[in-house]
Amino acid sequence: MLRLTVVSALRRLLQAGLVVIGATFLLSLLLRLLPVGLEDLYVVGENEASRKAFAHELRLDRDPFTYYVLWLWDFVRGDLGWYVQGGGLSEPVSGRLSRALPVSLQLVFYAQAVSLVVAVPLGIFTALRAGRRSDRALSYGLFTASSIPNFVFGLLMASFFGVTLAWFPPLGYVAPTENLGEHIRSMVLPVAALSFPLIATYTRLLRTDVIATLREDYVTMAVSKGLSTRRILFSHVLRPSSVTLFTSFALNMGALIGGTIVIEQVFTIPGIGQEIGIAIFSRQFFALQSYVALIAVGFIVFNMLADIVVGFVDPRTRERRSA
Amino acid sequence: MSAERDLRAVARAERDRIRSERLRQLRRNPAFVVGAVILGIWVVCALIGEFVVPHEPALVDILSTNKGPSSEHWFGTDVVGRDVFSRVIVGARPVLVMAFLATVIGTVLGTVIGLVAGYFKGWADVIIMRILDAISALPVLVIALLALAAVGGSSQPVTILIIGFVFTPIIARTVRAAVLPEAELDYVAAARLRTERAPHILAVEILPNVLPPIIVEFTVRLGYAVFAIATLGFLGVGVQLGSPNWGSQVAENYGRIFADNWWSTTFPAGAIATLAIAINLVADGIVESFEQ
Repeated sequence: MLRLTVVSALRRLLQAGLVVIGATFLLSLLLRLLPVGLEDLYVVGENEASRKAFAHELRLDRDPFTYYVLWLWDFVRGDLGWYVQGGGLSEPVSGRLSRALPVSLQLVFYAQAVSLVVAVPLGIFTALRAGRRSDRALSYGLFTASSIPNFVFGLLMASFFGVTLAWFPPLGYVAPTENLGEHIRSMVLPVAALSFPLIATYTRLLRTDVIATLREDYVTMAVSKGLSTRRILFSHVLRPSSVTLFTSFALNMGALIGGTIVIEQVFTIPGIGQEIGIAIFSRQFFALQSYVALIAVGFIVFNMLADIVVGFVDPRTRERRSA
Repeated sequence: MSAERDLRAVARAERDRIRSERLRQLRRNPAFVVGAVILGIWVVCALIGEFVVPHEPALVDILSTNKGPSSEHWFGTDVVGRDVFSRVIVGARPVLVMAFLATVIGTVLGTVIGLVAGYFKGWADVIIMRILDAISALPVLVIALLALAAVGGSSQPVTILIIGFVFTPIIARTVRAAVLPEAELDYVAAARLRTERAPHILAVEILPNVLPPIIVEFTVRLGYAVFAIATLGFLGVGVQLGSPNWGSQVAENYGRIFADNWWSTTFPAGAIATLAIAINLVADGIVESFEQ
């Protein structure tokens, strides 16, 4: 049984590798097919010879396929390309990335942690009260809140809690090494804005699964044995009910790295989202290719991890999937 | 031949019966009704808004900038003195039209691809699905921003195409999942025995039976499209500068939210929120009616 899981995990790994190649190739192709013409954009120079040399350095003289293979080889070795300015290379992408990525990962980590801490009790609570007024009020409230776009939510919170009440700084970022208290205060509003839709999603998923699990025979059995509600919930219900939640958690990990872009813009947080914004508006397409490729790889990896881990946790999904 | 026609008539009558049953159920669902009413109001604004607004939405009035809500300007005026109420009303059109077109493109493409992949299976299916996996690994917002930056910042057709394009894999996956079990059923085998051609089987036999998940996916995606268009507008791309798109209105005015002008950000932001909530309520109601 376990061997089967390992084999399917390996197959999943291979698939993920192929999808990574497909996605980055599509991206690379997209870049070369842009109507702007990268040569006109970047290759400026005094004379024909220097222009040619620079186009060669940027590999713009290669066909899209060779360009992609060379790019991929650089990418896996950690060379993420350069910012280009005025006919020359100005700054390596990896330098800016290593400053921005930790900030975004912090944001994602906080948002996920807060969401789980709030959503798990809410999910269990609404499931136990399914159909009653408290369940309906909470479920509809969360549903409504999650329908509001992130940036709208962020802006309204920034103006109310940040300006009117002045409880938290409405924008800006403070590193934890600089001042831990201020760091936490500066993260409250952006994390809240990122968490709300997640809380709604997680609560809903957990609620549905807990309701389904409570109908299983072994739960009825545990109840008839006279076990306490809390004992039943934690040792019999929560684990089988958390599979969908876990999958969604992992998927959101990848999606959030892309999703922080707007929140970082609203709260002026110097993370990867802001870097992407800057790169887009200054048309740094080589840097963009690396950023987007990294996000895509993160998304695919977490997607794959979710599948594999769920296969180990709940063998039933494995059979269901192969069937 | 006539027996077959009779059977078809019976099948159609049955479908009609189920459909009217669902509609009755929807009318009894208060959340759906609320959503439908709000959505209806915005659709009316999109259709006739420009003829009924109290002020010319694009009219800049330097003498009355940043005026708070009053009987003259119900939602106040923005940083260049334009009437916020009028702009919110006419702003419904670009948002709804773009979201609708993008979702239609994604749904049509996704349905075709999903039907083909689910019906033919085999290698075609594997290759199509892996390509779709690759597309959906690219973050929606970033791809849209990238393409818009490439064409110079603001092109509504490109925005619509890109959003439709990124929706395609999601819809294709849903349709394929619905087609897979359907293609095993007897009526499909019967159609094959009648030597019907594959396009006919897909469009006439299978498609009507997989419509429910397509309708659900369409409404859900419509909500996401509104999200995406508002967000792109907020980030300053995807719509013409000065367009009354709610996202752009927020972007133009939110600098002042921290100073003295909360209304010119809050009302368009609220408009986005109510439209998104309305579409989600409608989608939720439709999902429920199909589940029963």
